[in-house]
Amino acid sequence: MHNLRNEFDVVGRPTPKKDGTLKALGSAQYADDLSMPGMLYGKLLRNPHPHARIVRIDVSRAAALPGVRAVITGKDFPGVKYGNLPQTRDYLPLAVDTVRYIGEEVAAVAAVDEDTAEDALDLIEVEYEPLPAVFDPEEAMRPGAPLVHEKAAGNVSAELAFEFGEVDKAFSSAHYVREDRYETQPVKQGMLEPHACIGLWDTTGKISLWSCKMSPYVVWRQLAMGLGVDVGRVRVVQTVVGGGFSGGKQEAMPMDFCAVMLSKKTGRPVKIVHTMDEVLTIGHMRHPMTVWLRTATDKDGRILAQHCKLIANGGAYSSIGGFSMYLAGAMLNIPYRIPNIRYEAKRIYTNNGFCGALRGHTNTQICFARDSQLELIAADLGLDPIDIRHRNALQPGDVTANGFRIGTFAFDECIDRVVQLSGFRNKAGKLPKYRGIGFGCGSHISGARLMGHSASVAQIRVQEDGSVQLTTGSTDVGQGADTVLSMIAAEVLGVGVDDVRFALVDSDSTPVDPGTFGSRVTFFTGNAVKRAAEDARRQIAEIAAARMKVDPDDLVFRNREIINRHDDRQRMSLKEAVRWGAFQTGQMVISHGTYAAGDEKIDFRTGHGNLSPAYNPSACAVEVEVDPETWQVKVVGFWGADDSGFPLNPLAVKGQVIGATVMSFGHALYETLVRIDGRVMNPSFRDYKMPLTTDVPKLAEFQHSNVITWEPEGPFGAKEAGQGAGTGVIAALANAIYDATGVRMTSLPMTPERIRSALEQMKQERRAGTKIAAPAE
Amino acid sequence: MKQLIPITLRINGVVHEILAPPWRTLLEVLREHLGLTGAKRSCQEGQCGTCTVLVDGNAINSCLYLAVEAQGKEIQTIEGIAQDGVLDQIQKSFVQKGGIQCGFCTPGFVLATKSLLNANPHPSEDEIREAMVGHLCRCTGYVQIVEAIQDAAIQMTREGAN
Repeated sequence: MHNLRNEFDVVGRPTPKKDGTLKALGSAQYADDLSMPGMLYGKLLRNPHPHARIVRIDVSRAAALPGVRAVITGKDFPGVKYGNLPQTRDYLPLAVDTVRYIGEEVAAVAAVDEDTAEDALDLIEVEYEPLPAVFDPEEAMRPGAPLVHEKAAGNVSAELAFEFGEVDKAFSSAHYVREDRYETQPVKQGMLEPHACIGLWDTTGKISLWSCKMSPYVVWRQLAMGLGVDVGRVRVVQTVVGGGFSGGKQEAMPMDFCAVMLSKKTGRPVKIVHTMDEVLTIGHMRHPMTVWLRTATDKDGRILAQHCKLIANGGAYSSIGGFSMYLAGAMLNIPYRIPNIRYEAKRIYTNNGFCGALRGHTNTQICFARDSQLELIAADLGLDPIDIRHRNALQPGDVTANGFRIGTFAFDECIDRVVQLSGFRNKAGKLPKYRGIGFGCGSHISGARLMGHSASVAQIRVQEDGSVQLTTGSTDVGQGADTVLSMIAAEVLGVGVDDVRFALVDSDSTPVDPGTFGSRVTFFTGNAVKRAAEDARRQIAEIAAARMKVDPDDLVFRNREIINRHDDRQRMSLKEAVRWGAFQTGQMVISHGTYAAGDEKIDFRTGHGNLSPAYNPSACAVEVEVDPETWQVKVVGFWGADDSGFPLNPLAVKGQVIGATVMSFGHALYETLVRIDGRVMNPSFRDYKMPLTTDVPKLAEFQHSNVITWEPEGPFGAKEAGQGAGTGVIAALANAIYDATGVRMTSLPMTPERIRSALEQMKQERRAGTKIAAPAE
Repeated sequence: MKQLIPITLRINGVVHEILAPPWRTLLEVLREHLGLTGAKRSCQEGQCGTCTVLVDGNAINSCLYLAVEAQGKEIQTIEGIAQDGVLDQIQKSFVQKGGIQCGFCTPGFVLATKSLLNANPHPSEDEIREAMVGHLCRCTGYVQIVEAIQDAAIQMTREGAN
């Protein structure tokens, strides 16, 4: 395996990001950097009530303000609800009769500058009739609770129940059973670029949106849906994306609808940019979850069954939440062998900002619960925490209870690698007081087979200078899609990465694509690119073969040349072949390739089916130091390993894995939206605490290793890299804090005050003689 | 209505004269009056560092700095770092070491590095981390950024020695 890298000229080599130079120069054009002649500036009026009926909106004073060009309300739109899954479409471009959370958009203004637009917002009069509101999902489920949506009885936004195997039988005959409850918090994407867009509704009726979208074709369909127009009239142009991590950059947002509608009213392009206060107040965040996990094992800690009940606080709208509920249940099946699973999930509407996908989508919460509990099981049964993980590790060739077919899956190797890198055996339970080490594992999918749009397409055009124009519907959001997809094309065509130009998405000209989510781009689009490049190579080989009078199958492509493998004196340059084809025979080298991961069916209601073409495991150990005065947790060491297949661009894989890891540090230790009666009390980076340079271990104590496998279904053996490695980190931190202090944290974030109060509670229980899990000290 | 005053700014060696309200921040003037969009608008309260520019060689948050205050001072933005289209060593190191993902924080980090290395050409890892504490990056987890800054320091020392 170690000489795999020598087999290729391009893939497998650390390759700087293609747009890195542009970004280093400060000349990459993000949405807020664009302007257009005659452009107006838009602002959104946000509702201040958690739940209210809109009695009346009077925009006349705002419209009369000098400099204001248009004011719109929900009535300017056709009233068609839009959204993701057909059964959960509940978004409107602007609220019409009811507002359901603080920050929901009720009107919008376009003016000659932002100051005027802002002033105009103060002149819009909205009369609200406040309605009873509910914020806690368990309260929202009780009979008589206020209904967030009239049609959603019990405030149930989505409900799923799966049963795989014989769960009752497994529990009744088990040697050991334990049940624990874990709670997670609302966490924001935290991208630094606020949402921004420019809308243009031109005189021909064409509706264009320039915006920082990760999944521009999702936005394209949603815009058409909410505007009640044919999708062919809509054009979405992706600008450079300043960080995504899912959320509002996946979907059409009220700002997008308002920018185009204000443009229709004024005949001018209209730009709208969120402030960070708006970004942190409005919806799109990770689902806060309460997870009850009941696990049965035999005496050796082999898991026999798991029963998971989950309640997700969905907030006021659905976003992708229906799918999130499927996914959390699916993720119970990896990375451990669990033959019998029962899963019951409810996503509950409340009068809070709404939740959806965020890096590690539901897997993060499930992994926190499962790997925290696994540690307790090991302790109860007197087992080694590493052994219990090995004993339950999924193996290549396994089929999980829900029908995931596990291919390459070097989980045991990842665990061993981390044990070795971290010196876990010499540290666990042996470090000085207030210092501890914890272990955690995770996994993820390499893209999902969806009921709707699953396939990716790539188009390649080889120009007469030998350069390659690569067009896909996938976006680079910083993760390195521009580079890795170009590397795949370059490897096949025997050119350099710099010879490939990667296009931003423009729905008028790029191939339609599901989007950038679920760790699908390298795998799905990468496979499509590989096939498109192979088709282009075949076309060029035919042209060259005719000219060189050889068999096209004898030609190899290398260093921008086409060479006869039997006689390397017979060669011609790539560009010569392309020119010959174009000039003499009229053959343009234009190709396309697709990948759809087969036609396997997933039944999202029963949970059965093989969701992804590949799965990857990860393991990590984290060492912490807890300050006994302040209870501040400092992460002093991190060692991780994951199986990303063959890492096509090791420089980018490292960046993805470490980025996901540090994001999980934030989720575990610092980040939460503090909400009182639905009001976000910390909508600022001053108070919403994301990890800083000083919060991560020193370079020498921050190591990650790829266990290299060759995934036969992946492009050049590759698998997922950007999400799975972060999923086990939170449990590892909880386990490390336990090792350091004896305190078992079951709710996030694990802040100093929470650790302190858990410690106090533990002491009280100990004094009262309550039996508790044995502390480390 | 709006009071406009003349403001004279020397930016990347070029003198610009504009008319703007006196409360305009340097960030607003750079982006909206002068089309210098390399400094980014994000938190607008001095927490994220994406709007960083150099004023007399010191890295400042231009969202908290009034344009009028910058008069008579030497302002350097990300657009003025590369010379004749050739990347500065700091920029090169960020590209080569994977210090750039989405790139929204990059101009701020590059300028903060410039300010750091001018004052301290051989910073320790801790000094680098302390100097960058006012800069958020959500993509990289900072490891490749710290590696880029270390690399820049080494390469610049080497260049200086030649």
